[in-house]
Amino acid sequence: MRAFASLLDRLAFTPQRNGKLVLMRDYMRDTPDPERGWTLAALTGGLSFDAAKPAFIRKAVEARMDAQLFALSYDYVGDLAETVALVWPARPGANREPELSEVIDALSSATRAQVQKLLEGWLDAADADGRWALLKLLTGGLRVGVSARLAKQALADMGGVAVAEIEEVWHSQHPPYEDLFAWLEKRSAKPVAGASGRFRPVMLAQAIDAEKDFANYDAADYAAEWKWDGIRVQAANEGGEKRLYSRTGDDIGKSFPDLLDFLNFDGVIDGELLVLRGGKVESFGDLQQRLNRKTADAKLIAQFPAGIRAYDLLMEGDADLRALPFRERRKRLEAFVAAAASPRIDLSPLQPFASWDELARLRAHPPAGDPALAEGLMLKRWDSIYEAGRPKGPWFKWKRDPHLIDAVLMYAQRGHGKRSGYYSDYTFGVWREDANGDRALTPVGKAYFGFTDEELKQIDKFVRDNTVDRFGPVRVVKANRDFGLVFEVAFEGLQRSTRHKSGVAMRFPRINRLRWDKPARDADELATLEKMLE
Amino acid sequence: MPKPESVLCPSPAGLYCPPGDFYIDPTRPVARAVITHGHADHARSGHGAVIATMETLAIMAARYGENFAGKTEALAYGEKVSRSGVELSLLPAGHILGSAQAVVRAKGFTIVVSGDYKRRRDLTCVPFEPVGCDVFVTEATFGIPVFNFPEDRDEIARLVKSLAQFPERTHLVGAYALGKAQRVITLLRAAGYDRTIFVHGAMESLNALYARFGVGLGPIEPATVEKTKKKDFAGAVVIAPPSAIDDRWSRRFNDPLPAFASGWMRVRARARQRQVELPLVISDHADWNELTSTIKQVAPGELWITHGNEEALLRWSELEGIKARALSLVGYEDEGGGG
Repeated sequence: MRAFASLLDRLAFTPQRNGKLVLMRDYMRDTPDPERGWTLAALTGGLSFDAAKPAFIRKAVEARMDAQLFALSYDYVGDLAETVALVWPARPGANREPELSEVIDALSSATRAQVQKLLEGWLDAADADGRWALLKLLTGGLRVGVSARLAKQALADMGGVAVAEIEEVWHSQHPPYEDLFAWLEKRSAKPVAGASGRFRPVMLAQAIDAEKDFANYDAADYAAEWKWDGIRVQAANEGGEKRLYSRTGDDIGKSFPDLLDFLNFDGVIDGELLVLRGGKVESFGDLQQRLNRKTADAKLIAQFPAGIRAYDLLMEGDADLRALPFRERRKRLEAFVAAAASPRIDLSPLQPFASWDELARLRAHPPAGDPALAEGLMLKRWDSIYEAGRPKGPWFKWKRDPHLIDAVLMYAQRGHGKRSGYYSDYTFGVWREDANGDRALTPVGKAYFGFTDEELKQIDKFVRDNTVDRFGPVRVVKANRDFGLVFEVAFEGLQRSTRHKSGVAMRFPRINRLRWDKPARDADELATLEKMLE
Repeated sequence: MPKPESVLCPSPAGLYCPPGDFYIDPTRPVARAVITHGHADHARSGHGAVIATMETLAIMAARYGENFAGKTEALAYGEKVSRSGVELSLLPAGHILGSAQAVVRAKGFTIVVSGDYKRRRDLTCVPFEPVGCDVFVTEATFGIPVFNFPEDRDEIARLVKSLAQFPERTHLVGAYALGKAQRVITLLRAAGYDRTIFVHGAMESLNALYARFGVGLGPIEPATVEKTKKKDFAGAVVIAPPSAIDDRWSRRFNDPLPAFASGWMRVRARARQRQVELPLVISDHADWNELTSTIKQVAPGELWITHGNEEALLRWSELEGIKARALSLVGYEDEGGGG
């Protein structure tokens, strides 16, 4: 438990991806089985408990300490699990601190009433960090900023293998993953990924450099299709084993039960998950209603019906097509989708073109209908095999130009690591009319990249010289009609948002250019953004 | 029957002893001051006469110049001085080098003013010495049950481990310049860390002072960039005042990993707010257990709480049947959040 608790504690305070990777890699290397395997399960979302409800935890602590002292403590800390971890009045004579595996073993066979008694004993035996980790685990939310994908990357780093190899075998492995670790430590052979409905590592595209790359490639060697604006998925039905995976291999089937029902084929499809209504693509905003949910109810499903627009065919029955050229796979895909005749699966059409110039015109002016909602174009070499990762050459993505607006810097926050001495995270706003009829700035987004190191220094100086207030690590920067720093902000799309005061939310905002020359009053109005809403 | 308030009472300038005509840690210039320790909120310049330990006087001279007071009188731990029927002595408080509790005896009362104190072992100062008393005047900086501090050596072990895990990053440890910085250094040395430790310029004179009083700190260098290149700080420990870490000053280091040694780091929101990546719960103040166990140990007839989070300590006293009052003295800030 101690090593698990220390790891969680450090992960929670380490913002950088690389830092988190080092912490997890070292932990996996230094911690014995089965502890590390259970930790891996906890980090990848493979363990979920709701063994202890907050009300129970509260009752347990109040039975041991004065309610008023607890209330003062809770007020001060603000988080129940953390407060209890810190104030828990341990009874003397407790056992040694339990190992994570003992906790999990005990939980798997205990009744609810037994769990409560066990938990009290564990809390007595652990220190404050151990109690915090235990309570977070048992109340079902680690929240240490680690995705399943990142944990798998750390595992790959530990074993010196590519993450795709982990993903390939992942779904045939089970906590505490002893076979997986044995392989990564070269004590045994790679586990077999034989299970039906397993995930196949996805092939990704490089961004094209339009100025350089087209000169080197022949348009006749490539097929083009639209890059649909949903999430990339892999849909499998192998011998009745139905699965839906994200592109990083997370099983997302539970969120899309409606779609699983319609995987009426035998094989594995690569495609884009979209909200499809009557064969038409709906906006990404609609799809977002269905994302990051553990389940979906009937009403949500009816309102936002999910479908797949198929790009590729990886398995046809028992036949692995990944070594075939795209031309051949495509031909088989067309027949496969037609034969399945699923109301929720259609084909991503190829977009014929004769030259790069013609393709450039299509990208700039997509035809009305679905293509107008696409993110851009995909280029695939007719002879490309389906290989995991992001090889350069066979597949390219060519996104549409981003939207641009001019916004005014309002708040700045210090960065981390190499940027820790700099104000590098910016909140910017645009003009709107306030309650008094005056022009006031309203925040519309945040960005922390897109500028050079030299520009960062200049912005940092501007922030320090023009700070008017501070809230913790955040500085309020002077910004009014006559004074302020204008950013040209690039973003991919705009959606309505009830979470933001301005009512809009940007996708992938970044600083495109610093407009030192532009007076703050000439920055954009909120109305301009509202017109861009999808 | 006289009341203890006739021996010591709160006043706008701080705790005042009318029969002895002196103040303890006054917040504004007075004729006669007894100073418990050298932190700036307790030890101010401009008093007529100052009574304190030799170490505290040296700290004040280092910070304010030799003429920080009209005259000074050094009192060794346990040594007694009497005036107008008031006996005063200083006993170790275990807070920082030279820190003392002021023990005032008059009219049959023993009143102990703890100043700031802690109970755990600290190689940079003499341990706290409990004295039974009629009135115990305590601080309550960490007077909430959530503040239970872990073992110092476990916290330092986390720093040492991080140095091994991130050998390319400069570990920038925020620590208050007086007391905490030297304590962190001695803890690192006790953990077997023998490399050069780099320090911010604001700490050099205090480090020298500690060394003069026999506190060994091992190899120390200023963290200046004139001779040292950025990459030379890779994997090094740099100790700086907390304010310098947020500042441009920290840019001279290689991908710095911000750490902070303070009791406040016990609460996650505090660490997050300061963007600390490695919170080290190391405090020079008593935690909740130390506060309550010390009060039980000195078993005062009355408990007076000078500053800090007094509400929970008042409630605890009520539950324990100890008569307690909050003096709510102003002007004693936890300097720079050093805790």
